[in-house]
Amino acid sequence: MSDSLLIKPFLRLSGLEPLVVRPEMNFVNIGERTNVTGSKKFARLIKENKYEEALSVARQQVENGAQILDVNMDDALLDGEKAMQKFLNLLQAEPDIARIPIMIDSSKFQIIEAGLKCVQGKCIVNSISMKEGEEKFIEQAIICKSYGAAVVVMAFDEKGQADTRDRKVDISARAYKILTEKVGFDPQDIIFDPNIFAVATGIEEHNNYAVDFIEATRLIKQKMPLVKVSGGVSNISFSFRGNDHVREAMHSVFLYYAIKAGMDMGIVNAGQLVVYDEIEPSLRTLCEDVLLNRNNDNNEATDKLIQFAETVKAKGKAEVRDEAWRNTTVEERLKHSLVNGITDYIEADTEEARQKYPKPLDVIEGPLMDGMNVVGDLFGSGKMFLPQVVKSARVMKKSVAVLTPFIEQEKELNRKNNQTPEKSSAAKILLATVKGDVHDIGKNIVGVVLGCNGYDVVDLGVMVPAEKILETAEKENASIIGLSGLITPSLDEMVHVAHEMKRRGMSQPLLIGGATTSRTHTAVKIAPQYDNGVVHVLDASRSVTVAGVLLNKDQKGDFLGKIKSEYQKLKTDFENKKSVKQFLSIEDARKNKVKIDWSDYNAPAPSQTGTIVFDHYDLEELAKYIDWQPFFIAWELHGKFPQILKDEKVGSEATKLYNDARALLKKIIQEKWLTAKGVIGFWPATATDDDTIELKNGNSTVNLEFLRQQIKKAADQPNISLADFIKPSKEFQDHIGGFAVSIHGIEPHIKKFQEQHDDYNKIILQALADRLAEAFAERLHERVRKEFWGYAKTEHFTNEELIKEDYIGIRPAPGYPACPDHTEKYKLFALLDATKHAGIELTESLAMYPASSVSGWYFSHPRSQYFGIGKVLKDQIEDYAQRKGMAIEEVERWLRPNLEYDI
Amino acid sequence: MKTIQECLKDRILIIDGAMGTMLQRHKLSEADYRGERFKNWSIDVKGNSDLLCITQPDIIASIHKQYLDAGADIIETNTFTSTSIAQADYGMQELVHELNVSAARIAKKVATEYTLKDPDKPRFVAGAIGPLNKTLSLSPDVNDPGFRAVSFDDVVSAYTEQIKGLVEGGVDLLLIETIFDTLNAKAAVFAIKKFFRESGSKELPIMISGTITDASGRTLSGQTLEAFYISLSHAKPLSIGLNCALGAAEMRPHIEELSQLASCYTSAYPNAGLPNAMGEYDEQPHQTAHFIESWAEQGFVNIVGGCCGTTPDHIRHIAEAVKNFKPRELPVVEKELAEV
Repeated sequence: MSDSLLIKPFLRLSGLEPLVVRPEMNFVNIGERTNVTGSKKFARLIKENKYEEALSVARQQVENGAQILDVNMDDALLDGEKAMQKFLNLLQAEPDIARIPIMIDSSKFQIIEAGLKCVQGKCIVNSISMKEGEEKFIEQAIICKSYGAAVVVMAFDEKGQADTRDRKVDISARAYKILTEKVGFDPQDIIFDPNIFAVATGIEEHNNYAVDFIEATRLIKQKMPLVKVSGGVSNISFSFRGNDHVREAMHSVFLYYAIKAGMDMGIVNAGQLVVYDEIEPSLRTLCEDVLLNRNNDNNEATDKLIQFAETVKAKGKAEVRDEAWRNTTVEERLKHSLVNGITDYIEADTEEARQKYPKPLDVIEGPLMDGMNVVGDLFGSGKMFLPQVVKSARVMKKSVAVLTPFIEQEKELNRKNNQTPEKSSAAKILLATVKGDVHDIGKNIVGVVLGCNGYDVVDLGVMVPAEKILETAEKENASIIGLSGLITPSLDEMVHVAHEMKRRGMSQPLLIGGATTSRTHTAVKIAPQYDNGVVHVLDASRSVTVAGVLLNKDQKGDFLGKIKSEYQKLKTDFENKKSVKQFLSIEDARKNKVKIDWSDYNAPAPSQTGTIVFDHYDLEELAKYIDWQPFFIAWELHGKFPQILKDEKVGSEATKLYNDARALLKKIIQEKWLTAKGVIGFWPATATDDDTIELKNGNSTVNLEFLRQQIKKAADQPNISLADFIKPSKEFQDHIGGFAVSIHGIEPHIKKFQEQHDDYNKIILQALADRLAEAFAERLHERVRKEFWGYAKTEHFTNEELIKEDYIGIRPAPGYPACPDHTEKYKLFALLDATKHAGIELTESLAMYPASSVSGWYFSHPRSQYFGIGKVLKDQIEDYAQRKGMAIEEVERWLRPNLEYDI
Repeated sequence: MKTIQECLKDRILIIDGAMGTMLQRHKLSEADYRGERFKNWSIDVKGNSDLLCITQPDIIASIHKQYLDAGADIIETNTFTSTSIAQADYGMQELVHELNVSAARIAKKVATEYTLKDPDKPRFVAGAIGPLNKTLSLSPDVNDPGFRAVSFDDVVSAYTEQIKGLVEGGVDLLLIETIFDTLNAKAAVFAIKKFFRESGSKELPIMISGTITDASGRTLSGQTLEAFYISLSHAKPLSIGLNCALGAAEMRPHIEELSQLASCYTSAYPNAGLPNAMGEYDEQPHQTAHFIESWAEQGFVNIVGGCCGTTPDHIRHIAEAVKNFKPRELPVVEKELAEV
C-alpha cells in the first residue's frame, strides 16, 4: 500500500463499455455514416422513418471498427430534435452498437441537448464554438458539462472560421483558457477541431489548408498537451467527390501526417481506410505533393492529381470486410468457415479440398472434422453458443452435400471392382420423439450438436412407436438411443421403451431428454426398467459429454455405475419423502374450497354463446404478442428477454439470433408462409359440489370433470379446484369458455430448409411457429376479456404484463398442472369442433398436431388463478373415475404423475 | 468539529443499514401508516415507508438512533421514494416537499444530538435519492424499444423538488443510490448542479452508489462498472461505490475493481447476503462483517455499511471489524502526461 495509485489524465468516454483514449492508441476512428448530411442512405432511411434499417448503418460502422459513433440529424426537412432522440433511444436497445460512446453532432445546440438527454454514457458534443461570442460559448459549455459530456470546440470565433495556422492556434488557446478557468472543464475533456478544409480546389489560397491544419495541430498539442485534436477527414478531398479511389488515398496520406503531428481522432468512414503503405506509390506521391503543398507552384501538383484521378474509374466499392483469411490454406479456410458459420465460400473450398485429397471421404475425416472439433471444443468450453454451433452445422452439411455424389460414385466403383466399401468410423446415435408426441425442437437441436461432434445421427422424427425405435436401433447397429418428449403421457411411453429394451435383451445405453422429463422421474420410473444404462440428459450441450463418455470403453462402466448409484439414492429419497406430506380426504379437501361469496356476484355474460371461428388470423398482429423468452430458452440461451440481448456472455449471439429470427418472422408474414387458425366458444355453466362443471351446449348438457388439491395446506389456504371459480346456480348464470389455436403450413418450409441443410433456420422456424401459437392464444384471450366476453373492457396491458399474467381470468389447458387430465381435451375439442375449425388432430397420447397448437378453458372470475393440483389420493381417483365413467386403471394411467401412491 | 473530508482521511466511515428491515419489525398497519392526518386518504398507503416521516416520526427517529448507537457515522434520510414520480403510486405528489423536509429534519436532529454527546465522532446526514420506478434508458414496452415512460426533463424536475426539500431540511450530503440506470443518475447530478448553481448556496458533497445487478458485473442498463464510473465522474463526487442487489461475497470483485479506478473515495454497502428461497436475507452480522473486514484489510474502501436485510447488529459488527484498518488512500491524479 506504500505506492499510491496513479490516475492518468486521459480522455475517458463510455457507452456500455469504457473507451479510454491512451497515447498508445494512436488514432481513434469516429464512424461517420450515421450522419444525414454525409450519408445519402442514412438520410433516406431516417426520412422514410425506417429507423430499424438506419440502425444497421450504425452497426456496420461498429463492425468496421468505429470506436465512437458520430450521429447527425441536421436536415431542413427533419425535426432534428425528435429524430436525434428517437434514433438514440432505439440505439440504446442495441448492445452491440451502444457499447461504444456517441458523438452528438449538430450545428443546432437544441438538437445536441435533446441528444444528451438520451444517452447514459459519457458522450462527446460536436461542437460548440465562440462564433456567437464568449457568453453563449460559456453557457453552452456549462450545459455540456452538466451532462458530463466532453466537447469538440471548433476553431471559430466572432470573426469567422480560422483558416490559417496561427488563427487556429490562437482561437483554440483562448477557448482553452475560458473552458478550464471559467467553466471548470478538465483539459482532457476538451477536443479541438482546427477545421479541415478542401484542398486541390483550383484556388491557390486553398493549397496550404492541409499544412495549416497539421501545423496547428502540432502547436496546439505542444501548448496544451492534455487536449485532443479531431477533425472531419473527408472534407480534405471534397474536390474529388465521386472518385473514392483517390479520396481514400488522400485520407490515408493526410492522416499519416496529421497523426504524426498529434491528431488523436477523426470522423472517418471506418470501413474505407486504406493502409498508407498499400497505396500505389505514384498515387501516394501525388497525394503527398497536394496535401503537403509541395511542387505545387501554379497548382502543378493539383493538376497532376486531377489528371491521375481521371484515369482511374471511380470504383463503386462495396463494404469492405476483413477477408484476409481467404489467403490461407484450404484447410484453414474450411476451418474458418466452420467456426464462423460462413457459407459463402464453402462449396468452392470443398471442391478445392476434394481435388487436393485422394478420396472425398478424406475431406470429411480430415479438414472438416478438424474444424468441427474446434467448434466442439469451443462449445464445450463455453466460448461458443448454441446458435453459432447450429450455424457451423449448416456449413458442415453444405460441405458434405458437395462431397456426397463423389462418395457415392466411389462406392459404385468399388462395388464394380468387388471391393468392400469403406465403413464410416463414426458411432451411430439414434434419436426419436416417442409415440403420441409431436414435439421435436429440442431433439433436433441435440441431433445437430451431436452431428457437429462427429457422431452419425439417425433421427427417426416424431410419434415413433417403441417397436420402430428398437428395430431400427438393432438394424442400424446404433451405439446409443436417445428419447425425447414434451407432454406428460410421453413419460409412460419412455418407461415402456425401456421395458421393451430389456425384454429384447438390448445392450446400448438409453438417453432421456425433453421438457417434461426429469432426473427424478428417470431415476424412479425409467431406470429400474432397464439394466444397461439409463441417463437423463439435461440439455443439448450435455448430450455431447454424455455420449462421449458412454462410447469410451474405459469410462463407460464407471460412469454408468456412478449414475446407477446416484439414481438409486434418488429413488430411495423419493420413496422416503413421499410419506412426509400430509393429505386430506377428498371430502375434507372439498370443505376447504376457495371461498367466494357468490350472493352478490353478477357473472359477466359473453356477447354470444357457441363458437366463433378465426380463419387466417393476421400474423402481423400476432407477432406483437410474442413472448421471446421461451424462444431463447429453446436455444439454451437462458435469461430474461430483452436483457439477454445485452448479456455479457451470450448477448451478442442472442442479438444475432434475435435479428435472424425477426428477419425470418418478417418473411413468414410477408410471404404468408403460415396460417393461424383458431376457434373460441362460450357456454352457460354451473358448478356442482363434487368438482364438476356442467355446461349447456344448445340443448345438451356436458359435464367437465376437474380435480382438487388434496395436500394439507397452511391455515387459511384453500384446496383449489378449477370448479371453484364457476358460480353454482340452477339457472347456469355463469359461463365457461374454451379455445383452440394452431399455426399451419410449416411442413414445406421445413422440408426446404432441410434440403438446403439449414438446420439453423429450420429450428428458428419451428420455434417461431410455437411462439406464434402462444401469441395467438395470448391475443385471443385479450380479445375475449375486452371484447367477446367483455368483462375487462378497459384493461390496458403491455406485452410484458400480459406475459406476467397480470390480467383478470385464466386459460388453463387440459393436461397442465391445474387440470392434468389430458382426456378432458376430447370434450374441449368436441365442443369447439376444433379439428374442423382449427385443423388440429389429437394423437393417441392426446398431443395436438400441428405441434404449434394451444388449447384450453377460459375462466373469468377475478379470483381465478393458475395453480398445480399436485399429488392426489386414491379416494379422489375413485370418485373421479366414477364421475368420468372411466375404469380406475385408465384414470390412473393418464394421471400417473399426479398419484400419491404406487400402482 | 471535523468535516466529513477530514474524517475520511482518518478512518473508514460507517454508513447505516436497512430502514425497511427495521420498519418490518414494527408490524405497522394501514391505520398506523395513515395516522390521523391521512385517515381518509383515498388510496391505501401501507408500504409507503417514506410517509412515516410525517405520520410516525418517532419510529423513524428511533431507528436512526439504533444505527447511531451501533456506530454509524452517516445515516440516510428515509426518502428513497420521496419524489413526485414514485409518490404518484399513492397520489401523494403534492407532499414531496414536506416528506423530504421532515425526513431531513428528523435525521439531522438525532445526528446533532449524538455529535454533541461525542464531538470527536461527528455524525452526518445523507439525503437519500433513490432510483425511481421509471427509467430513462430502457423501454417498458419490448415491442417499442424506442419508447420511454418518462423524460429526462421530468426526472430532473422530480429530483430538483426532492433536493430542495432535503437541503431545506438540513442534510449534510446528497446520496444518489441504488443506481441501476445511469441516465437516471445523470439526471439527478444535473438537478443537483443546477440547483446549487441557481440557488447560489455552497454545493453539498455528492455520494454516488450504483447497483451491479448480477455476477456479469453490469448495471441493469447494461454498463460495465468502469463505463458507469466514467459516465458519472463529472459529478466530482465525494465518493463512488456500490450497494444493493449483491451480498458482500458477490460484491467483492466489483468493489476491488472500483477501488482501482476511482479518483474519489469509495463506498460499499451490500445486502445481508443473497435472499433465500423465501426472499429473506439470512446472512448473520458476523458473516457480513467478516467479508467487509477483508475489504478494509486490502484497502478497497472508505465508507462501508449495509443495504437490504442488514440491521443495527450488522452495522455494529461491521464497525467493529474495520475500526483498526487504515482507510483507502486517495489516488494521485496526474495533471500532465509523461513524455511518450
